[in-house]
Amino acid sequence: MSAIGDQGPVPILAARGVSKSFGEVPVLFSVDLEILPGEVHALMGENGAGKSTLVKILSGFEQPTAGQILLDGNAVNLPGNGHSERLGIALIHQELNLAEHLTVTESLFLGREITKFGFLDRPAMRKVARDALDELGTDIHVDALISDLSLADKQMVEIAKAISRNARVVFMDEPTAVLSEGETDRLFAQVRRLRAEGTSFVFVSHKLGEVMALSDRVTVLRDGQWIKTDLTRNLTADRIAQLMVGRELSDLYPVKHEPDVDAEEVLTVENLSTGFVKDASFTLQRGEILGFSGLIGSGRTELMEAIAGLRKYHSGSVTVNGTPLPSANMAATREAGVAYMTKDRKGRGLLVGERIRPNLTLQTLDLHERWGMISGTSEAKALKRANRRFDIRVRDPRVMVSQMSGGNQQKLLLAKIMELAPGILIVDEPTRGIDVGTKQQIYQFLSVLAREGHAVIVVSSEMPEIIGLSTRVAVMREGRIMGMLTGDGIQENNIMRLASGLRVAA
Amino acid sequence: MSTQTSPLTSIRRTLSSVDMRAVAPFIALIVLIIAGAMVNPRFVGLDNLANVATRCAFIATIAVGATFVISSGDLDLSVGSMVAFVASVMILFMNTQVFASPLMMVLTAVLLAMALGALCGLFNGVLTTKGQLEPFIVTLGTMGIFRGLTTWLSQGGAITLQAQEQQALYREVYFGRFFGVPWPILITLAVALLGSLLMYRTRFGRHVVAVGSNREVARHSGINVSRVRLYAFMIQGLTVAVAVILYVPRLGSTSSTTGTMWELQAITAVVIGGTALKGGSGRVWGSIAGAFILELVGNIMLLSNFISEYLLLAIQGTIIILAMLVQRSLTRRA
Repeated sequence: MSAIGDQGPVPILAARGVSKSFGEVPVLFSVDLEILPGEVHALMGENGAGKSTLVKILSGFEQPTAGQILLDGNAVNLPGNGHSERLGIALIHQELNLAEHLTVTESLFLGREITKFGFLDRPAMRKVARDALDELGTDIHVDALISDLSLADKQMVEIAKAISRNARVVFMDEPTAVLSEGETDRLFAQVRRLRAEGTSFVFVSHKLGEVMALSDRVTVLRDGQWIKTDLTRNLTADRIAQLMVGRELSDLYPVKHEPDVDAEEVLTVENLSTGFVKDASFTLQRGEILGFSGLIGSGRTELMEAIAGLRKYHSGSVTVNGTPLPSANMAATREAGVAYMTKDRKGRGLLVGERIRPNLTLQTLDLHERWGMISGTSEAKALKRANRRFDIRVRDPRVMVSQMSGGNQQKLLLAKIMELAPGILIVDEPTRGIDVGTKQQIYQFLSVLAREGHAVIVVSSEMPEIIGLSTRVAVMREGRIMGMLTGDGIQENNIMRLASGLRVAA
Repeated sequence: MSTQTSPLTSIRRTLSSVDMRAVAPFIALIVLIIAGAMVNPRFVGLDNLANVATRCAFIATIAVGATFVISSGDLDLSVGSMVAFVASVMILFMNTQVFASPLMMVLTAVLLAMALGALCGLFNGVLTTKGQLEPFIVTLGTMGIFRGLTTWLSQGGAITLQAQEQQALYREVYFGRFFGVPWPILITLAVALLGSLLMYRTRFGRHVVAVGSNREVARHSGINVSRVRLYAFMIQGLTVAVAVILYVPRLGSTSSTTGTMWELQAITAVVIGGTALKGGSGRVWGSIAGAFILELVGNIMLLSNFISEYLLLAIQGTIIILAMLVQRSLTRRA
């Protein structure tokens, strides 16, 4: 099966028959994984396949229920709480794990500060930090506060931290989910360089293109079971997707339907300006999926939040079905049938410490009230309906949202927004960090919604998603809409040119 | 709870299937009653327990309000001073005897106390939400203000209810019984019942928990975060007023030391009850159990000879720290 046989190099780190249950719920079933020196190993699988759990076990953050962890061929019990770093095992969390109030240097040396006569030796630490960051080819200032950094820069700091601690195996859980393409390229260049020096990487990602480009070997998990490990060059992206889903994936994107030529305009935005967004104007037709593309930080989210009543706009107008919407008034927005789904599902979308039901109905509790009291039966009905419609798969309906997979969380968030029964749906990064199968479900859902006569705006940084879904694409750059692409004009290079300012409005 | 004989794993399994944070205060309550019975058999007598329940009525009522404030992610340190202030104004009003009928006097005084309590809560709430100040600082400030106003009203001495007829009429509220149950117990239960309906069965209650658990999520869900926080402070003020209405007939007098450290007791009761101090979960009945536990501890100390009752405050301080430790360890397991 694998080109690397039993006589190959001793794996740095290996899982042998590792199983894990949370309470009575099994999530991993006797999984094997070998990480060889100097390889980039991609760990693939749908949400809930057990990737994150396996990564946590191999980095000591969780203990296996059964099975063994081998370090350099010897069975070990990995110490918890990140102490495995001393053994050369580093985990870069999906939710970055940096203290926002520290500077870059302080973060790099957290817990192993350099001291001189018992006092902090700041100059020495700054110098080492500078060197580490230079090596990564990034110009982040060593005294910058973590809270002032972009997500991409935070990620770089995490990587610098892992490298400066002489990590031999670095686990990265979806490192590129929040990175732009340029940043991703930079990260990968560093990964390749470090791999040449003998560092191993285990890389969890949903982006098949990246996996094909970067990894040496691929291991696929499905429903907590080991499915296959093979050299990347023996596989294709389609084959990996198939292995993950366990069935043939028909075309990822549904067939596009142009709205009728004379379909009414349901949303008109004219010369809208907020603090950052300037003079945004566009229209949206019934039955249309309008894409919003642009680099991260180009003002798309701010524009959508202004339309959705979450943010003040100081000039311009938003008109829905002929009625102007007041600024920053969510009640009016809801009344007008406009709903906005945030891209930050854990920070702004869902109460992660609560169960599914209170999350589903949080925005629409008034619909479940009888004589001022919330009716549990009415809520239960809504939950049943949402489960059917959105296929939210949980083993126990009482589970906390924080324990659900990203894909299920995203479906729950979409379900929560759809409880508003909006005529105009704005979704912001609707498939960030979720698996292919769930992505496909969400695309299908949006497509059906548009065909039924709703109007949809999709904001996304994933180019294929925008191109695959939208019948028109607006491209934003530095707070302005740079152009509107239609039909055959919806192409990656056209979008890129507008987004990077190489071409001005078509 | 599992039996001692079953293997450890099955105990753990049983424990993980129930929400320990919700049950823990009631287990503690039962343990405490058993401990009390061992210290002194008189302790478990119905009379003694009813007595304890009556005396914890003030803190229990205030704790119901505090549950809302804490669940929404805020804190109110001013409740003890607020009790003294509202009670003083109430007695001063009763002493004016503007109405001839004592019944009329008492009823108006009760309404006045409720209005004043709500107003005090509104004041705290407006400063925290509109003023965008830390609730800790705001209520630390109003704690001083209410206390100072009380001292000024009483000119450093006591404010005593003088009208005999009013007193005779009104004392029933604390000392009277209804079908054998003391009124303070009934009123506390009524407040808790209303509180739990509000917390668990209404839109407002859900919004309180949402605001306390993540303000951004609440805002994105179309919830008016400031209004919810403001209402929580007003509910706190109203429950303080109810506590005052129960308190005044007991002694018929207030001084500048009335209600001192009640904020500590109320917050302790809420925390013992399983409400997270950082917001996002409200346990109304837990808070009632918490208040009862605090009073029971004092009672046991009184009935036993081996701990001096002068240590009461120290013991209560210890309890809040222990409760936080237990909460922390239960959260980690979840």
